[in-house]
Amino acid sequence: MTSYRIQGATGEWEVVIGLEVHAQVTSNAKLFSGASTAFGAEPNTQVSLVDAAMPGMLPVPNRECIRQAVRTGMAIDAEINKYSRFDRKNYFYADLPQGYQISQLYHPIVGEGQLLIEADEKAGIPEDKVIGIERIHVEQDAGKLMHDQHPTMSYVDLNRSGVALMEIVSKPDMRSPAEAGAYVRKLRAILRYVGSCDGNMEEGSMRADVNVSVRKPGEEFGTRTETKNVNSVRFVMQVIEYEANRQVDVLENGGTVDQETRLFDPNTGTTRTMRSKEDAHDYRYFPDPDLLPLELEDSFLDECRASLPELPDAKRARYENELGLTPYNARELTAEVETFARFETLLGVAAAKIGKPEAKVATQVANWALSVAPGVVKSLGEEADMANATAEAQAAILAMQDKGEISGGQAKEIYEIVLKTGRDPEEIADSEGLKQVSDTGAIETAIDEILANNEDKVEQYRGGKDKLFGFFVGQTMKAMQGKANPAVVNQILKDKLG
Amino acid sequence: MSELTNLGVKAIRDGVADGSFTAREVAEAFNTAVADAADLNAFIVTTPDHALAAADAADAQRARGEDLGIMGGVPIGMKDLFATKGVQTTAASHILEGFTPEYESTVSQKLWDAGAGMLGKLNLDQFAMGSSNETSYFGNVNSPWRKEGSNAAMSPGGSSGGSSSAVAARIAPAATGTDTGGSIRQPAAFTGICGIKPTYGRCSRWGVVAFASSLDQAGPMARSVEDCAIMLEAMAGFDPKDATSLQMDVPTWEAGLDADLKGKKIGIPKEYRMDGTDEEILKSWEQGKEWLRDAGATIVDVSLPHTKYALPAYYIVAPAEASSNLARYDGVRYGLRDLPDGAGLQDMYAATRAAGFGDEVKRRILIGTYVLSAGFYDAYYTQAQKIRTLVSQDFEQAFAQCDAILAPTTPTASFPLGSLNEDPLTMYLNDVFAVPASLAGLPAMSVPATVNADGLPLGLQIVGKPFDEQGVLNAGLAMQQRSGFDAQPEKWW
Repeated sequence: MTSYRIQGATGEWEVVIGLEVHAQVTSNAKLFSGASTAFGAEPNTQVSLVDAAMPGMLPVPNRECIRQAVRTGMAIDAEINKYSRFDRKNYFYADLPQGYQISQLYHPIVGEGQLLIEADEKAGIPEDKVIGIERIHVEQDAGKLMHDQHPTMSYVDLNRSGVALMEIVSKPDMRSPAEAGAYVRKLRAILRYVGSCDGNMEEGSMRADVNVSVRKPGEEFGTRTETKNVNSVRFVMQVIEYEANRQVDVLENGGTVDQETRLFDPNTGTTRTMRSKEDAHDYRYFPDPDLLPLELEDSFLDECRASLPELPDAKRARYENELGLTPYNARELTAEVETFARFETLLGVAAAKIGKPEAKVATQVANWALSVAPGVVKSLGEEADMANATAEAQAAILAMQDKGEISGGQAKEIYEIVLKTGRDPEEIADSEGLKQVSDTGAIETAIDEILANNEDKVEQYRGGKDKLFGFFVGQTMKAMQGKANPAVVNQILKDKLG
Repeated sequence: MSELTNLGVKAIRDGVADGSFTAREVAEAFNTAVADAADLNAFIVTTPDHALAAADAADAQRARGEDLGIMGGVPIGMKDLFATKGVQTTAASHILEGFTPEYESTVSQKLWDAGAGMLGKLNLDQFAMGSSNETSYFGNVNSPWRKEGSNAAMSPGGSSGGSSSAVAARIAPAATGTDTGGSIRQPAAFTGICGIKPTYGRCSRWGVVAFASSLDQAGPMARSVEDCAIMLEAMAGFDPKDATSLQMDVPTWEAGLDADLKGKKIGIPKEYRMDGTDEEILKSWEQGKEWLRDAGATIVDVSLPHTKYALPAYYIVAPAEASSNLARYDGVRYGLRDLPDGAGLQDMYAATRAAGFGDEVKRRILIGTYVLSAGFYDAYYTQAQKIRTLVSQDFEQAFAQCDAILAPTTPTASFPLGSLNEDPLTMYLNDVFAVPASLAGLPAMSVPATVNADGLPLGLQIVGKPFDEQGVLNAGLAMQQRSGFDAQPEKWW
């Protein structure tokens, strides 16, 4: 088993990582107001009186946000707290209109759960590992300050103010940048499967606070730093790499790690102090008196559970066990919602078209979906019109291939034309002559001629030079202008060569 | 027609409905009375046009033969804690001076929908923090009452002091109040009028400038129990915009009024017999028992053992919530902004809030911030919440033995303005009898009982079971019918 270790002057160091992932809840309206949550609107156009904290305004919980948090909790096998409560986290900042964030400190809606990251030898994860999740709570997002609009003033955009976030807090269970990366990717996949967060890290729908500490293996946890608002998997891994090495340097030079909040600079790949422990706010948390405790009924929980889709782990297992896919294919196909959705649609249409059970054609469809089709799309570049990439067209190609009517190469050629023109694959095969000849008579005639013209090689082959079989196949295919069905060619050659 | 201003809600509504006079005549009479009463300083802004428009609408409705709303043609005063669309809403603070909301509070909207009009926005203690109406940025409100033989300006109580002063002076037939720890009941008692704080959640808090969210309740202030019943009916009701709003139908309190208390038990809490309570108040309490007995009720002794802890607990919970609720007044989005030259964000906060809040508001923000601070939270806030639970349990146990509780509203009659300013703790003691019902979220009402030797009114308080406003109003009505209270302040303004 390989472990991630930092080689210091005093020996090996182990890095301990915990992540707090903030995931924006997919909902039309904000957590406590009716305002829209759409991304990219003009500043301050999606702000209700509640979001702007006008005098006398009151928060009312948005049931859909609660539902999404509960479903997310269920998807990570977590305890759902039927009683939870909102607390106020008090601090002053211009992007925080109420002067407090409504969050859940004392009684979060979701308790302990877990998430599996899969072995990935190449990435440095030798075996499957379960990462503990401490809790999920829901809270309001803040607005955004814009410092580049005026020479001396800052502007405030409250569109994001009050948008619902889930804060998903892991246990300090990760030990390498790779594990942390895998955790974020897996969490993102689960959120997207469930539909509770779009996982769009570029738009800020998902961001992580990265807690890092180092220790000598086997010793107690060291002092941790928290790097805020890291918004890509790659950056999360960079932060860990940088922080762990920085902390080892500090410790080996006789210093101590300060418990502090740090900021990541993506341009330099480094972190710097944002505020130290002494500057830490006293948030004066207390239960929000504008809101009653959330008490969830069994019927609500049942509905949440029933609405959950098949989740990544279960789907991957089914692909391997029921569809007979390789572990690699199963993992690739289940990593993203779009990928499995396209695959499952194509599998259904192709199986029907071919007239075989899904399990019988799954491997063919998987290879097509993961490797063949993307290759064609890539080679075409701009010329590919993806609107033509219908499941029906692809299934028609796969069916022709399954029947031996076309070769793999022809399948690609046909798909190229489909993508460019949207024409019918069967019509293309016919009119473009992209069909292989399975007519034994024609193939037999060609083979007889080749064998007659190459009597020396026939002798050598029969004398034991097996490799020459390929020569005869090649010659036959050439004679048939590449359109002979290779299986038929092989069979006839074997029969005639004895 | 100066006698129109002597009429209350019911008399005006019924008179407009039966054509004895027009709503416009009523509105004009009160607008004139308001304009003549500037010395009371009861209003921060007056809105005669609002009152006239509502009156004209009521008259037009009547002319078309339509039914008028339950407040049809009645002009009222609106405590300046309620957001009123297009009309300055200040909470009597400098920080909100000039703030004009784009929205109407649920309670005020319900009153307008019921046919009422607005005479103006009533003065109050700043952010409803105070018991004498001396913390307003817009100056003290004067009570219309004076001690016999004295010209000293008296307190109308607080925080709904503009409301109590206006109703007692008959420049408004009724007014809205809000009660966080006695802010309806204490001013009502000081000025010889009625005021009811309903069960927490009956009236929506949406659009009411928040003081302490878990305690704030709106309610009516008027000169009779009937008028309070009518107006409360118009104000109450479930509001999906307030998560703490009660999801219950509004009873027809006016129709349900019944002063016959046969079979009812009225509890007398022994712990309310406190040191420092005025002898005359104790006497009026005895008198109150007699009235209720006369109305058919049985008087029983009950115990509310945690009463003495209620006031200290209140002065932790309410400031804690206030310290957070008032954080939004930061100079960023609306209201006062004080931006010294070269100032950064923190400087702007400090300057704005230093200039925008009065001393009492600052005191409570400091207390609230302190009790919520790391290291003090458990010792103060958590303890106070426990006391709050115990106080509620006291009432639950008492209500196993009685239907309502009779107690004094305040430990003393009104006092001269300025007399308690140097002593916040004595000022806070004014609410000692009012606060327990607030902590427990119970309906409670003050009705006038008598006047003391100085000629100042004294009030008695009825506290009811949760949601039993009807029981409270009925007991209040029984006392009103027997007290014969008809004292009026002599007009000096």
